[in-house]
Parts: sequence; C-alpha cells; structure tokens
Amino acid sequence: MSTSLIVVQLFNGLQLGILLFLVAAGLTLVFGVMDFINLAHGVQYMLGAYLAVMFYGLTGSFFAAVALALPASMLFGLLLEVLVFRHLYERDHLEQVLATFGVILFLNQAVKIVWGAAPLNMPIPNILSGSVPLMDGLRYPIYRFAIIAAGLSVAAALYLFVNATRVGMLVRAGATNAPMVSALGVDIKRLFMIVFGCGAMLAGFAGAIVAPILSVEPGMGDQILILAFVVIVIGGIGSIRGAFVAAVLVGVIDTLGRSFMTDTLRLFLAPGTARAIGPALASMTIYVLMAVVLAVRPAGLFPAKGRA
Amino acid sequence: MPAAARRITDVTAAALRALDFDQRMTAGLFALMAMLPLLSPVLGGSYLLLIGERALIFAIAAISLQLLISAGGLVSFGHAAFIGIGAYGGGIAASHGLGTLSVALPAALGVSALFALATGAIAVRTRGVYFIMITLAFGQMAFFVATSLAPYGGDDGLTWPTRTLIFGTRLLKSETTFFYVILVLLLATYLVVSRLIYSRFGRVLRGLKDDETRMQAIGFTPYPYRLTAYVIAGTICGLAGFLLGNQAEFVSPAYMHWQRSGELIIMVLLGGTGTLHGPIIGALVFLVLEEVLSRLTEHWKVILGPLLVLVVLFARGGIAGAIDAWRRGKAMPAQLWAQLLQRPRQGAAAATDIWRQRASLMRCAGGQAATYWKPYKMAVGRLLVRLLLGAAATINRWRRR
Repeated sequence: MSTSLIVVQLFNGLQLGILLFLVAAGLTLVFGVMDFINLAHGVQYMLGAYLAVMFYGLTGSFFAAVALALPASMLFGLLLEVLVFRHLYERDHLEQVLATFGVILFLNQAVKIVWGAAPLNMPIPNILSGSVPLMDGLRYPIYRFAIIAAGLSVAAALYLFVNATRVGMLVRAGATNAPMVSALGVDIKRLFMIVFGCGAMLAGFAGAIVAPILSVEPGMGDQILILAFVVIVIGGIGSIRGAFVAAVLVGVIDTLGRSFMTDTLRLFLAPGTARAIGPALASMTIYVLMAVVLAVRPAGLFPAKGRA
Repeated sequence: MPAAARRITDVTAAALRALDFDQRMTAGLFALMAMLPLLSPVLGGSYLLLIGERALIFAIAAISLQLLISAGGLVSFGHAAFIGIGAYGGGIAASHGLGTLSVALPAALGVSALFALATGAIAVRTRGVYFIMITLAFGQMAFFVATSLAPYGGDDGLTWPTRTLIFGTRLLKSETTFFYVILVLLLATYLVVSRLIYSRFGRVLRGLKDDETRMQAIGFTPYPYRLTAYVIAGTICGLAGFLLGNQAEFVSPAYMHWQRSGELIIMVLLGGTGTLHGPIIGALVFLVLEEVLSRLTEHWKVILGPLLVLVVLFARGGIAGAIDAWRRGKAMPAQLWAQLLQRPRQGAAAATDIWRQRASLMRCAGGQAATYWKPYKMAVGRLLVRLLLGAAATINRWRRR
C-alpha cells in the first residue's frame, strides 16, 4: 500500500463522489420539495449518457454532444413529469414507488431496443486526454480531474442558485413546508416543474460526462440510483449540503474499501481468508456507514429544517 | 357409503355458507390451485406445474410482504433479500451434505430471521421513505455479499446437490408431491398471517400504522412491535426462498436483485392491499403475465412497465379492489331499476338513499373487515409472538442505553 496508490484512489473516490452528488442532488430536491420518491432518477442518468453518445455520433464533437444532451435530458424529464409523475404527487409512497418502477422497466428495455444491449463507448476529447504528473512517478488522467472540476463548479452554481436567488428561496421554502408556500400564492406546479427539470438535467449531465470513462449500457442507472439513495439517507433528505458531504464520503469510502480492504485484512488474517471475505466486506462498507449514521442521527447528517 | 358422503357434503356446504365472500373466494382459489396437478397433463404438461409451483412460492413471499405493508405500514423494498437468504441457507447446508429437513430448513429460516433482526433493528427506527431506501440498501448489501461468496459460486450461483431430504427420503423429487407441499405451506402461511393480523399484536400494529402518536399515548412502544413484524415477515419470506431454491435446485444472487423486490411489491399492489387473498391473486397474475408476455416478445418489460403505471393511475385497490367494486356495481343497477319502475318519485328518493347507504357502507367496510375475524386462541402463536416481543424489547432497552 504505497502513498501514491492511496492518493490515486482518493482522487477516484472524489470523482465517484462528485458524480453521486450530481445524481443525488436532483433526487433529494425532488423528494424534499414534492415529497415524491422518484426511482426513475437513475434512468435519467442513463439517458444522459445515451443521449451524449448519440449526439456525439451526430456532431463528432464531445462538447457539442454534452451541450445538446443537457437540454435533451431536461426535456425528457419534463415529458415524464407531465405524462406520469405529475399524477402521482398526491399518492402515497407505495404507489409512487410502483409507478416509477414501471417507468424504469420500460425505459431500460426501450433503450435496449433503440441502441442495442451491447455497451457503447465514447472517446475522451483530445484536449482532455492524457495525464498530469501529481508527484514522482505518479500521473493522473486529466479527464478525471475535469470531471471533478465540472462537478465542483456545478455544485457551487447549485449552491448559489438555491441560496441566493428567488426561485432558490422558494425551493428551500418548499422543502420545509410546501402547502404553506402554495397558500402564500406561489404557483407550486411551476415550481415543481422547475425543480424536476433541473434534477433531470443534473442526472443527465452526470451521465453525459461519465460516458467516456464508463461503458454506456442499459441498467447503468440502477447501480448509481441505489448509491444515491444511500447518499441522501446519510445526508438527510432534502438537504443539498448533506447530499454533497455524504456523496463525497460515500464515494471515497467505497473506493478505498474496494481497493484496500483485502490488503488490510491480510495484516491480521490468513491470506486465503482475507481474499475470501475481503470483497464481501468491501461491498458492505457503505451500508455499514449508513447504518452507523442512522443509529446516531436517524434523520441523516444535515436534515432539512422543519422536516421531522 | 352415500350417507357418509352426503354428511361430508352437508358439512362442507354449511362451512361454505358460514364464510363471507372474500373467504369463499379464497377457498375457491385454493381449490382451483389444488386441481392444477390433475389438469396439467391435459393443459400443458409438467411445465405448467413448474410455473404453478413458482407462483405459489411467490404468493408466500407476497403474503409476508403484505403483512409488512398493509398491517405494519412498512414498505420494504429489500424483501427479495430474504428469498435469496432462504435459498442460500438451504443450498449451503445441502452443499455440505446437510440437505435434510432437520438441518437445512432451520438453517434457512434461522439465517433469514437473524438478517431480519440485524437490519430491522436499524431500518425500523425510520419511517416512510427512509424505510423504503434503507431496506433497498440492505437488500443490495445482501446482493453484493452473495456475489462475492466465491466458495459458493459467487456471481454464477450455487447448484443444490439435491432437493431437501425428508427423513432421509427423496420425497420432494416428485413434482406433484412438491406442488402439494408448497400449497399446504401457502395455506398455512395464509392462515397464520391472517390470525396474526387480527390478533392483539396485529391490532396494535395496525393501530400504529393509523396513528402512532395516539398509540403511544395509550402506552404502546412502536419499536418492538414493528421489529417483531419485520422479523416474522422476513422469516416467512425466507421459507419462500428455501422453497424456491428447492424448486430450481439452484440459487444465485439474481434472486436478491432489487428488481425482484420491486416485483414482490408489484404482486402485493396488483392483487390489492388490505386483503390477504390479494397477494395470492397478485402473485398468480404476475407470474402468468410474465410468462405470457415473455412468450410474446423478448422485450416484454416494455409492455409490463406502462401496464404498471396504468394500474397505479387507474386501478386503485388492485384486482381485489376491482372485484369488490364489480360486486357492488352489479347489485346496484338491478335494485335501482326495480325501484325506479314502481314509483318514479319515490324510486328516485330511494335511489339516492341507496347511494347514501352505499357511501356509508364503504366507509365502515374497513371496520367490518375487522369483525369477520374474531380473536383466535392460538397458544403457540401467542407464545412465539411474546418471545419475539420480549427479545425486541430487550434490544430496544439495550439501544436506549
């Protein structure tokens, strides 16, 4: 376990955390403001990746592809909102879970029909390919740094949007007490649509920027959806700040656990045993983390104010 | 002996008359299912029997989930984990040459109960969406642990060497026998869970679902009750998993995939929450639907997905609710018509009366449902519940410290 390896894995963890944040932010806002549990959020991440690949095929430019994928995934999110989700806000969570689960089944399969079941790839743009030296003998890909930078700037923009604009103020108010906001004369339906569109766009953005380093395949959204759930449970539902802290925490701990669990166990266990239980323990770490956080603070690290 | 035969028919008929519509329908459902092995050679061979077995097994799992959702108000999105754990418990015991009823079954149930206790102790502290997400996360945890179980097949799954031996014999090898074993276990599950829901324990649980604050005010602590319900449901679902492993003679992590948990919720909602025959109907319909659609096209999920959305948007109460609405609807027009023919004005007044009665009937339908089931003395069941409650209370006390 050399220092350089730890540094590399820390950066990888940070990069995963940033992606998780982009997905979890939309999820936690939609839940916080509308009290709506949207399982189909992971599918929007997957669609972002597919749309980016498609636009890349059409335009041949990475940046144009991402720029086009953003409004496209937002439009798609709004379409889903108008067709399905809008009719579910008043229903109980069980029905929301079931209907959005139906949307997942449909879209996962529809993507398979349209683009095929085989994983697709998208090249890293020239300007962001290659790597930079971190320290002696240690280089790190520029593209991953770009993901971290893009994610951090989106996080900052989101923070400003939520904390310094009028719409952001309404969003915060909505997360605390939506009926009261509605009673004060705010068009809550329009607010819902804005929040939903932003959430879909953030998830689509995450999918689009991760497309060059992951294989784009049906079902890629399910994995990140569950991690995003863990993130917003740890961070506290409805809290952007909580989502950010928890996303980075989960990203780093998960990556470090997967890389070093087996080696750490080998220090005090027989190598064979360590190899057998290491991967199992590594995949459990974030869930154990979640359990510990919930045991200490049942409403998460940063619960949105006014929410029980 | 015609006299004896007549006596049996009379008793059966009397027993049937004493049941209400829902119970009669359930009895009919079980009778139909019991005929399946006799009909299968005519209809589609042993393949039909295999689908039937799977449907019954999933019906057991769906009933256990129904206990959580309808009585406890706990929507578990990780319930398929127990199917996998039950199947792995039995399979791992069998792969060590311990595939006998006396070892494999208790192992499967015990591990399921332990997992339910450990995860439930944390999950049950939360409510609503937190609970949904946490059970989902724990389900995924079980899934990933299973994929990394290298000695037991990992990703590829584990093939059972044999079905569980019953007193050293391969009794379960015959599909017909196995089918009836499952059917009897489903019936037992149905009876036990319905008794449980209408017992004192179940009433407290339902009370907690309706109004937690009020229940706390009259002196009930929610935590042990909910945890006990979670452990009971987990154990029953572990039994379903044990049976599923036996049926396929195979278990893989895919059994615990979160979409499986989603499918279990579909079964419960499709059948209709609030009734116990709902999950059975739901499981049967879902498996048949899956079978039919997947023959139609390999992209059958494209059809199933929108179907689910439509069910949620337009068919509230699921199939059981639809049957109920149909029964009410069928009685209404005939009565209305008769009234209207006789004396138009009075008829109209009476008709509005009937509508009003119908509304009040529907309002107290919930209350009536409770009175169908009188408290039943089940010493063993109570003792079990009491023991579990005690254990849960101990955990609660320990947690507070």
